[in-house]
Amino acid sequence: MAQAAPGISGGAEAVAYNDEVVRKFVIAATFWGVVGFLVGVIIALQLAYPVLNPPLEWFTFGRLRPVHTSAVIFAFGGNILFATSFYSVQRTCRTTLFGGPGVANFIFWGYQAFIVLAASGYVLGVTQSKEYAEPEWYVDLWLTVVWVVYLVVFAGTLMKRREPHIYVSNWFFLSFIVTIAMLHLGNNAAVPVSFLGTKSYVVWAGVQDAMTQWWYAHNAVGFFLTAGFLGLMYYFIPKQAERPIYSYRLSVVHFWTLIFLYIWAGPHHLHYTALPDWAQTLGMTFSVMLWMPSWGGMINGIMTLSGAWHKLRTDPVLRFMVASVGFYGMSTFEGPVMSIKAVNSLSHYTDWTIGHVHSGALGWVALISFGALYFLVPRLWNRERLYSLKLVSYHFWISTVGIVLYIAAMWISGIMQGLMWRSYDELGFLQYSFIETVEAMFPYYLIRSLGGILFLLGSLIMVYNLWKTAKGELRDEAVVTDAPRVATAAAGE
Amino acid sequence: MNHRILERNVILLAVAILLTVAIGGLVQLVPLYTMEVTIEEVEGVRPYTPLELAGRNIYVREGCYLCHSQQIRPFRDEVERYGHYSLAAESMYDHPFQWGSKRTGPDLARVGGKYSNEWHVAHLIAPRSLVPETVMPAYPFLAEKELKFDDAADHLRTLRMVGVPYTDEQIENALDDIANQANGEEFDPDALLERYPKAVIGDFDGDPERVTEMDALVAYLQMLGTLVDFTAVQPEQLYR
Repeated sequence: MAQAAPGISGGAEAVAYNDEVVRKFVIAATFWGVVGFLVGVIIALQLAYPVLNPPLEWFTFGRLRPVHTSAVIFAFGGNILFATSFYSVQRTCRTTLFGGPGVANFIFWGYQAFIVLAASGYVLGVTQSKEYAEPEWYVDLWLTVVWVVYLVVFAGTLMKRREPHIYVSNWFFLSFIVTIAMLHLGNNAAVPVSFLGTKSYVVWAGVQDAMTQWWYAHNAVGFFLTAGFLGLMYYFIPKQAERPIYSYRLSVVHFWTLIFLYIWAGPHHLHYTALPDWAQTLGMTFSVMLWMPSWGGMINGIMTLSGAWHKLRTDPVLRFMVASVGFYGMSTFEGPVMSIKAVNSLSHYTDWTIGHVHSGALGWVALISFGALYFLVPRLWNRERLYSLKLVSYHFWISTVGIVLYIAAMWISGIMQGLMWRSYDELGFLQYSFIETVEAMFPYYLIRSLGGILFLLGSLIMVYNLWKTAKGELRDEAVVTDAPRVATAAAGE
Repeated sequence: MNHRILERNVILLAVAILLTVAIGGLVQLVPLYTMEVTIEEVEGVRPYTPLELAGRNIYVREGCYLCHSQQIRPFRDEVERYGHYSLAAESMYDHPFQWGSKRTGPDLARVGGKYSNEWHVAHLIAPRSLVPETVMPAYPFLAEKELKFDDAADHLRTLRMVGVPYTDEQIENALDDIANQANGEEFDPDALLERYPKAVIGDFDGDPERVTEMDALVAYLQMLGTLVDFTAVQPEQLYR
């Protein structure tokens, strides 16, 4: 039994959707995306050329790296999730946002304030050093307020829906909002040293803190960057392909298994550490099992194109979305492989992990976000179409080449460094000093930077295209169609 | 189960989601607190001296953990390169933990005592002056900035609230102990050593006039991994 794609079966009566706040989130996501990619390029170059770390305390790698990760995950990814969840929940429920425009605007400005507070803290050295949860206690409290309002608005909109069923994209968005709240509160439990100072000490210590941190951080990936973006996928791919979701049954099965299994996977970040073995084994086992529901989502996304494969040739926006699901499938296969202890003993602490993260973050999260932005901007600004599909196509290829350069460089550098660390000479001594393994990374750090520069370049092309689109301009270009070339050739010169 | 019920009721759906995602975390986290074998019973691990704590906070502030792990895995090459594999007990007072996830630079879990104070200071000020191939940023400002840790007692008190066993005596003497550790001769190193066994005392940054951030960071680096005497540890103590 196939579930109809939202909007296709819906009645035509007009509902006054709150698109104003969605437009704001779209602008913010585009802005923060470019900032995040730019900082990424800077810190990639700092690793290749350490002289690029100025002798000023604010811009060293150690302070900029959280700026990069938070900017791309929470500022770019977060604003995309707000934009797409608010856009799609109104349409799949055929009602406007619960709480009215004032509350929606509070969420928008509240979230931007969170981003600015967090990032300014990092460059000033205010951090609690928990990866992807670096903001200090006062920023965490503020985010909690914004997040609770988000939950109320989203769930409230679902409650006043004028459709009997809650559409599948909304299950994913709801699980993302609920779970991130749980993780945020658990991982950031801390006692401030004083109420006027920024410093706090986290409640958990040592091995328990490590487990709590990776319970959080792995599921920031699992629920922020996966469940949330699967919600996006379940609305925007059917809309762009104009086909219903491939399998309703598969969406039910993979939704519940995905959210159940994901939470267990955290300990694979702590293999062979002082975390007790039983926890490591649980983490590995569930990570391997997680492969199945992950591919359930990939199959459901890609097979939605059944009968519409030809559109990939003519529609570069759809190409972004489908390629992103391909990258999702690839990195959710690589992840379980790396969670196997024997593999992890080589990959852990190396660039392989960095490459894996980027095949997911650039390949899956960013590409599907670009697809959603290209879908949204003409509709939100009431334009006939995008300014230029050709530029979308350029963006697609430039960013894809960038991703391939990035992840291939990191595979090589990661595996190479892992092997060099454990390499022995014929006399039984360690063959390489640590610094020799650092030296060997240089060419790959350069290639990685080049990949990042291409990705940044692609995003700038997108900004130009979206800007022109919003202004209402249309580039005069031939429409790419499936029509056989013979017919047009005969009519030509 | 009929999924129609869940996908027609928001509250039910949200509660079902919360229950589903709560299970894994509870199973993995709660036993780490209740099982006594989680943390090995070895001697020597003590809370940080105020100066070490200040140094640790600088380590956190500068994001050192992004390139340096503090967790040695039980492999032949790691044990030969860095020393005995890390124990859970060694980070039992770490709020937050600093195990790290990436080794752009080497592991620092047992860097204490491996290099001289002078080496650390020169290396932090200009890493490439000592190791031409390194990609580490330079931290010259640490030697120039006076350590601001007037509220050291508040920090110790806060840590006591979250479970670090600082005594009243340690809290009362927090400020003195900073001076005791950084400017050894004029002060009372014995009192410090009584409160914090094995504390490394010295004028770390080579400037006896003042206590800088460099003093604190080097004091922290010099104690890393030195508290447990592994010659006295029996293998059974490490069974879990």
